[in-house]
Amino acid sequence: MSVSDSPEGTSGAAQKGTSRVKRGMADMLKGGVIMDVVTPDQAKIAEDAGAVAVMALERVPADIRAQGGVARMSDPDMIDSIIAAVSIPVMAKCRIGHFVEAQVLQAIGVDYIDESEVLTPADEAHHVDKWEFTVPFVCGATNLGEALRRLTEGAAMIRSKGEAGTGNVVEATRHMRAIRGEIRRLSGLSADELFTAAKELQAPYELVAEVAAAAKLPVVLFTAGGIATPADAAMMMQLGADGVFVGSGIFKSGDPAARAAAIVKATTFHDDPDVVAKVSRGLGEPMVGINLDDLAPQQRYAGRGW
Amino acid sequence: MVTGSAAQGSAAQGSAAKASAVTSQAMPPVGVLALQGDVAEHLRALRDSGVRPVAVRRPEELDRVDGLVIPGGESTTIWKLIEVFGLAEQLRKRVADGMPAFGSCAGMILLADQICDPASGQQALGGIDITVRRNAFGRQVDSFERDLDVRGIAGGPYRAVFIRAPWVEAVGPGVDVLAIEPGTSRIVAVRQGPVLATAFHPELTPDRRVHQMFVEIVRERS
Repeated sequence: MSVSDSPEGTSGAAQKGTSRVKRGMADMLKGGVIMDVVTPDQAKIAEDAGAVAVMALERVPADIRAQGGVARMSDPDMIDSIIAAVSIPVMAKCRIGHFVEAQVLQAIGVDYIDESEVLTPADEAHHVDKWEFTVPFVCGATNLGEALRRLTEGAAMIRSKGEAGTGNVVEATRHMRAIRGEIRRLSGLSADELFTAAKELQAPYELVAEVAAAAKLPVVLFTAGGIATPADAAMMMQLGADGVFVGSGIFKSGDPAARAAAIVKATTFHDDPDVVAKVSRGLGEPMVGINLDDLAPQQRYAGRGW
Repeated sequence: MVTGSAAQGSAAQGSAAKASAVTSQAMPPVGVLALQGDVAEHLRALRDSGVRPVAVRRPEELDRVDGLVIPGGESTTIWKLIEVFGLAEQLRKRVADGMPAFGSCAGMILLADQICDPASGQQALGGIDITVRRNAFGRQVDSFERDLDVRGIAGGPYRAVFIRAPWVEAVGPGVDVLAIEPGTSRIVAVRQGPVLATAFHPELTPDRRVHQMFVEIVRERS
């Protein structure tokens, strides 16, 4: 049953795809964990563990790294099978700038599109014009300027990029601290200094002034890329994330169901070390991580997008 | 965001003990279940409506509030966290004992006596004699905002934001229907005694009339 069968010709007709509806959807995910899944079975495990949403994709980032090649949008049949398996929201990734992959994902009925640096970029100059879509978009950012440029293009949610598929939280920490630190710096600037700040951030003045006045982004800010343990998730929440994406960290670990449930609990009680300690016990092997120094520059995904 | 809210909530509780004799009548503590969802938006809406908002994650925190909001979020996630952290029994008891409660969207699902399509393991907390259908309006691309008339709210139509929203399939004899989606028979706001539920998200708009209605219920009961 969809709203399309409701009479929209009546006075005060329903409006879909407004900023309030798109950003509000992300508000409903706050305090939650969004998990990468590659099969309906994994999606069920994620839902049973308390995930607020799943990201449907063909390969988790760790496998994209290991196998190489061009990484693209997932097969619509595979996304359909995950949509059919769970009642929580289903997200899916399109390549940076690949507006037709985005059109396809909207047509399939995914709840959120991640225009993601984890896939191979399709356009080296332009991101997708996200205002053109009814479905909302989340985009990655390594710093405040990048986040604001994505908002200008119509993103309704931001995630810090981190370095996906590494199981190493260091880049997530760097990007989260960069975004939050730059917002704090902005909020201390005078009106005339904000003009220069807007120029330096390469973002519209009105948006920069709005963020400075509110001392926060006008959308939800999640974190992603390298989270592998309950303590990683709790740290990101304490650093100011509204929630976390966990990619390879769950289904590349020894006991995915237990680890998924533990990360959900640690995210809710991120400020209670007793809870984080309790849920960290007996989880088996975490995913094997990668040291960032061992990655060649072209193997770093966070540099994709601008 | 939840960090700040939770910290504010507990700070408010600390000073509350000293000031309660003076302010309990004027500023009753009203909790927001802060396990997952748009907790901060409800805390802000309650503050704007003249009560002392308190983030509630533990059974002992639930003891100290005069009313409780269950926010929007993922009903399956919130239910699991209620179960895991041992809140279900006390939530049911307090609502059964007449504590005012207000649920928006996921909160409506949790306060319903019946869920017609629960996820595996998902149970209803109960409190209001309705049957809800989850995600009844469809997926996110079907989410919308529109004007509604809400019974008991004066001052013209209410701008209601529906996000992967449920609707009410059936209501029991003691339930007042407060709003129906125009041009349809879909029930989207209900009240039974001190329990209020909306399929939409009053916390996402600056219009505070629904929260003020709930605060009135809390004041009548406290």
